[in-house]
Amino acid sequence: MAVLVIAEHDNQSIKTATLNAVTAAQVVGADIHVLVAGNGCYAAAQAAAAIGGVAKVLVCDAAHYATQTAENVAELVRALAADYGHVFAAATSAGKNMLPRVAAQLDVAQISDIVAVESADTFVRPIYAGNALATVKSTDRVKVVTVRTAAFDAAPLGGSAPIEAVPAAKDLGLTRVVGRELTKSERPELGAAKIIVSGGRGLGNGENYRTLLEPLADKLGAALGASRAAVDAGFVPNDYQVGQTGKIVAPQVYIAIGISGAIQHLAGMKDSRLIVAINKDPEAPIFHVADYGLVADLFAVVPELTATI
Amino acid sequence: MKILVPVKRVLDYNVKARVKADGSGMDLANVKMAMNPFDEIAVEEAVRLKEAGIATEVIAVSCGAAVCSETLRAAMAIGADRGILVDCGELSDAELQPLAVAKLLKAVCDTEAPELVICGKQAIDDDANQTGQMLAALMGWPQATFASKLSLDGRLATVTREIDGGLETLEMTLPAVVTTDLRLNEPRYATLPNIMKAKKKPLDSVKPAELGVDVAPRLAILKVAEPSRRSAGVLVPDVATLVDKLKNEAKVI
Repeated sequence: MAVLVIAEHDNQSIKTATLNAVTAAQVVGADIHVLVAGNGCYAAAQAAAAIGGVAKVLVCDAAHYATQTAENVAELVRALAADYGHVFAAATSAGKNMLPRVAAQLDVAQISDIVAVESADTFVRPIYAGNALATVKSTDRVKVVTVRTAAFDAAPLGGSAPIEAVPAAKDLGLTRVVGRELTKSERPELGAAKIIVSGGRGLGNGENYRTLLEPLADKLGAALGASRAAVDAGFVPNDYQVGQTGKIVAPQVYIAIGISGAIQHLAGMKDSRLIVAINKDPEAPIFHVADYGLVADLFAVVPELTATI
Repeated sequence: MKILVPVKRVLDYNVKARVKADGSGMDLANVKMAMNPFDEIAVEEAVRLKEAGIATEVIAVSCGAAVCSETLRAAMAIGADRGILVDCGELSDAELQPLAVAKLLKAVCDTEAPELVICGKQAIDDDANQTGQMLAALMGWPQATFASKLSLDGRLATVTREIDGGLETLEMTLPAVVTTDLRLNEPRYATLPNIMKAKKKPLDSVKPAELGVDVAPRLAILKVAEPSRRSAGVLVPDVATLVDKLKNEAKVI
C-alpha cells in the first residue's frame, strides 16, 4: 500500500518541510501520494507534482480548507487513510497540530518526530530532549508518522506526477481562524537555512539583538534564531525559538551568541553540522557541543566578526 | 464551568536523562521527578480562570502509577480543587502511550462533563505532543494547541497560538481542548499553607478497566540508545582565528 504524505502549503507553493517528509516516506519503499488540501490550491498541487519520487498528487479544493484547520483537514485525511499503509506529515506546528487527530480517529498510535525509518513498521525517534533515541515498532495497520525535517534532506524537484481531485469531507465547523500575525522576513526560514545566527539572554535586550545579530545574519545570508530565554524576555517573536519545544534545526553552521546552552536549547540544534559559540562564560555548557568556541564579550567581538567575514 | 487539567509525572526538567545500560529504556531509579512543566502552566491557567470567577471547579487528572498522586497533590497545591488518579498499576511510563491516555481522559470527560480541558502541549519525557489533540478528536471537540493567550466570553473561547511563522488566533465554542505553550503564563510557586491544604483535598482513584479502556501499548520499544556524542571542539583566542578556521578549515563561509 502507498504512503500518503500531507503537504504543507499556502495554496500557492509547497513548504520545504514537505520535501523532507517525502524523503522520509521514500525509505518505506512504496508509492508516494501527496495530499494538498486547500482552497484555490491548484498552484500548490502543481508544485507538489514536481517533487521527485511522488507517484500521484491528490488535491482537495474546498472553501472549508482555506485556513486548513486541524479539525477539517484531519477529517479528510481520516477518510482517505483507509487506502494507505502509512500517513506521513512534517513535524511542524501544522503537522503536530493535525496528525494526532487522524491517529486517534483511526484508533492507531502516532509515531512522533522520527529521525530514521528502519523498516516499514520500525522507526527511530528522539525522547527526553534528544538525550535518548528510541527504536519503536508499530503494531497498527496504518502507521501515522510525523517527520523531524532536520533529519532528512529535501526531496529533489523534477517530477511530473499526475494530479487527481478527491471529494471534500464534511465541514465540521469547529474552529474559525480570526487572525494570523506572521513574521515577515527576507531571510531564509529557520528550518531550511544553511547558516543560523542565534542569540540568547547574553544580548541583554531586543535592541542589542537587532543591532548586533542582524548585520551578521545579513552578511552571511543566515536565518535568525533565539534561545527560549531571549523569546521569553521579549527580544524576538516566538517563532525564532530553537529548542526541544521550539524549532529543531540542523543547519551547516549554527552560531550561538550569548546562549549558555541549556539541555532544552541543545535539543534543538546539536545535530548542526558545525557549531560556533561565543560566550563570556568559559563554563557555559554550549562549549561542550561547539566545534569552535570563543570566550569573549559578545558586544566587542560580534561587530568585529561581522566586519571581518 | 468545570475545567479538567491532565497532569503527568515526569523526570524533573533539570535532571539529565540517562539510558539504562541494557538499552531497554531510561534509568528512572532514584531520580527527581516532577510535574511536566507544560502541565504546570495548564494548572495555573485553570486556577487563574477560577480566581477570575469564570471557572467553578478545577479537576486535575493523572494517569500512571499510584505515585502520580504526588503530582495531583502538587496540582492541588497550585489551586486545583480535587484530583482523579487513573491508576495504571505496573504499566511503565513508556508503556502507557498517548492514545491510551487520551482514551482514559475521554472516559473521565464523559463522566465529569467539563467544558474546557487544558493540557500541556507535550510531555518532556516522550516528547510526543499528541494527547490533547487525540482527546479533542475522540470527543469530537475543537482544539487550540500551543496556546499563548486564552480568553473566554461565555461559551466562546478565543485562543492565540504559537505557530511556525508567528501567531494565529482561533475562535471556538466550548467544550474544547486547549494545549499550553511556554508563554501562556508563569506558574506560581505553591506556598507551604497551600501544600498543607492540598493534602486534605479529595483525591479519587479509578482503574482503566473500570473506565472500560484497554491501555495495552501499540508501539513496542525495541531499543533505547544514547545518541552519538559530538567530539569536543577547540577554543579559539580571537575573531581573526575564528574567521580563519571558518574559511580555511571548515570551509563554510
